[in-house]
Amino acid sequence: MSRSVVITGLGPITAFGAGIEPLFDALLEGRSAVRRIERFDPTGFPCQIAAELPDDRFSVRKVVPKSYRKATKVMCRDIELAVGAAAAAVEDAQLVTKAADPDAEPTVPGHRFGCHIGAGLIAADVDELAAALMTSRNGEGQFDIGHWGSAGMENLTPLWLLKYLPNMLACHVTIIHDCRGPSNTITCCEASSGLSLGESMRVIERGSADACLTGGAEFKLNPMAFARQIFAQRLAEATGEGVDPTTVARPFDPQARGTVLGEGGGILVLEAQDIAQARGAEPYALVAGFASTQSFCPDTVGLQLPEDGDGLAEAIEGALREADMGIGDIDAIVPFGSSIPNVDQGEAAAVRRVFGDRASSIPLITTVPNVGNCNAGNGAVGLCVAAKCLREQKLPARINTSGANGLDANSCGARDAKLETILVCSSSQGGQNAAVVLKRT
Amino acid sequence: MANDKRIVITGLGWVTPLGHDLDTVWRRIVNGESGVGPIDRFDAHGFPTTFAAQVRDYDYRKYLDDPALHEHAGANSQFALGAAKQAWCQAGLDKYSSLDPRRVGIYLGSGEGVLDFDRYVATDLESWDEAKRAIDHQRWIEAANKQLDAWGEIEQEPNMPVSHLAREFNIRGPAYNCLTACAASTQAIGEAFTILRRGDADVMISGGTHTMIHVLGLTGFNRLTALSTRNDDVQGASRPFSRTRDGFVLGEGSGMIVLETLEHASARGASPLAEIIGYGSSADAFRITDMHPTGRGGAAAILQALEEAGIDPHAIGEDGRPLVHYISAHGTSTGENDSIETKAIKSVFGEENAYKIPVSSIKSMMGHLIAAAGSVELITCVLAILHQTLPPTINLHEPDPELDLDYVPNDARSANVECCLSNSFGFGGQNDTLIVRNWVE
Repeated sequence: MSRSVVITGLGPITAFGAGIEPLFDALLEGRSAVRRIERFDPTGFPCQIAAELPDDRFSVRKVVPKSYRKATKVMCRDIELAVGAAAAAVEDAQLVTKAADPDAEPTVPGHRFGCHIGAGLIAADVDELAAALMTSRNGEGQFDIGHWGSAGMENLTPLWLLKYLPNMLACHVTIIHDCRGPSNTITCCEASSGLSLGESMRVIERGSADACLTGGAEFKLNPMAFARQIFAQRLAEATGEGVDPTTVARPFDPQARGTVLGEGGGILVLEAQDIAQARGAEPYALVAGFASTQSFCPDTVGLQLPEDGDGLAEAIEGALREADMGIGDIDAIVPFGSSIPNVDQGEAAAVRRVFGDRASSIPLITTVPNVGNCNAGNGAVGLCVAAKCLREQKLPARINTSGANGLDANSCGARDAKLETILVCSSSQGGQNAAVVLKRT
Repeated sequence: MANDKRIVITGLGWVTPLGHDLDTVWRRIVNGESGVGPIDRFDAHGFPTTFAAQVRDYDYRKYLDDPALHEHAGANSQFALGAAKQAWCQAGLDKYSSLDPRRVGIYLGSGEGVLDFDRYVATDLESWDEAKRAIDHQRWIEAANKQLDAWGEIEQEPNMPVSHLAREFNIRGPAYNCLTACAASTQAIGEAFTILRRGDADVMISGGTHTMIHVLGLTGFNRLTALSTRNDDVQGASRPFSRTRDGFVLGEGSGMIVLETLEHASARGASPLAEIIGYGSSADAFRITDMHPTGRGGAAAILQALEEAGIDPHAIGEDGRPLVHYISAHGTSTGENDSIETKAIKSVFGEENAYKIPVSSIKSMMGHLIAAAGSVELITCVLAILHQTLPPTINLHEPDPELDLDYVPNDARSANVECCLSNSFGFGGQNDTLIVRNWVE
């Protein structure tokens, strides 16, 4: 028999800090953390705003075991975020892992503990790499590759490559929490977190693990990764002058001009329901359904997604089918809600196609205006928020959007709501789609 | 029960340093040829390592009916398109008009794309502030806009090969890319196998594609001192299991397979080439740089795969042999891997059986294809079964006294091969194992 899978711990990490409380409070109050970028000088970039997690709200050194502090030196920001999120999730689920006490009996035995974390293309730190490369200039100021190979590259730390491998998010997390079960790193841009949750769910269902850390995290707030997002025409033009940065991202608004990035993501604790029950854990939600699909992308690489919602609609239908639910059963939806016009349009079309007349009366929950689009981590933010909404029976405020066509997406205050099931979905740059149905337990 | 579904391989394809079609590459493997040579894609003369196994004389466009769909394809996507086309055609799917695209999925283990080094350095040179000894970010974005190629940057996201293949073959079912370093494509095939077993698709295209033969790839691995530096004997440099092994040799390319449920293959009259019967995945959860010295992670993955396949590693078949007839080793030619992998094999099979199972590494001939390595090695296993021939480990003239398995040294060997096991172990401690056997009704 296939086992049921529940969510027992939430560890979002966003501009508001690590953990669900600061994020959910901010969403209830309709606050946005988007402001002028401070991590690098964005002057000259067409977009100069993002949601950054300040150092006084999060320090990776404070969340790793003392014995692991040295290893934080080989963590790029994406890894730090994943490690911070995992610590928050493990704490929220009240799991004892090796991180808390290497000698204590862990709640989940290491070989039954899996880990699936979504990650993006990690850009090597421009400043770090440039400082090394520039040591290999010749007399004319040109780059001398012979010098680089024989001497210059020694200015990079020997473990430089390992700072930037996408699977290092999961590797550090598995080492810290002793997850020796099935482990994977999904790299499908904004669908990565949702797909990772699907992987964890299947692994637990088929009995290959009892619990998994799952989610994703990404940091694109460095010049190289940021430039790639600009080249892909994802970002809103916003130089910060005369415009309030907190108002720029406006999902499903006809005036939306592009997305705003945030750093972050989240890790969730997924457990077999029987294991969670046995230890007296109180799950946030049951993972009732999941599906993944590929959209047919006219431009091949999925910068443009199908306007009719093809692909995403099938993913939503697949997740509903597995959950054995009809369109009347969904009480709220957490879409990608990127504020990228053609992505919003495809998403809106998919929702309308699946839910028909009900589409306009299902509240959408948006997070991008508040914490930015966290790329590979974005779906994990949405999953954490959805699970928290089910527990609190509350819908967060929405900000910025007006004039959303045929969708319940316009700005409004937080409100109490009767919520039994929430759909979380996302479409990636590239056309991969993930849909997850969460059910209140 | 869904897990009774039998999953067969109906198509194989690869683009490797030994050639771009099944027969040529297999012939050269059986001949024990090396695909290693001096790096000529960039000036590597100053590097500690100056050689690699490059794919040569390859033009992906000749595999495509409409190359314009893929005009921006990066190197990984180019390799993947050619390999996948071969597999798709061998499976007869090019001539099968009743395929339901929503029942066709894709699961790749593709690496990150190639950083456009020359343009990147030019950008840094233009924006370097000598007085501050740092990049001037404002000048950097101006230079980036001028120097960098937008498509070249966009194509570096690791999910791009998925999007290219999905577009080429009209794939609309489950779609994923995983990137678990050197284990990625073994893991991808394993996960594709589980998706088919669950019944979420009828057909999956799966495999990997990767090149790290570029300036920063060579830089990163040289800094880690992971590569062989035997510049005076480049074709003898990759010498897995040899006492004098001094690191791995970079390779590149792609391996792709078509997997199907038996029902689907039978219904359309396709002939299975082999059957996948087991998959295991684990994390070492030890260190980011080193494998666990006992080989516990690799052993866990092998054991899981054997258990799923219903194979007792200590049993002896009616023919007096262990039930696994060949192990395609991860066999990188690094001191650590080859010794720990040998330990893991012994710990699982017991000394008695371990000595009776031939183990070899085709990395001795085509180098290490990193994310794509596992896929070409699984294809090698299928060909070993189809041709009843074991591929050799070449360059094994100085046995390591500590490593005493049957590594099929130097010469291919005829053998009765029905069941093969393929290992991949990635940086950061990701371990994956697949078991494939001959097709019998």
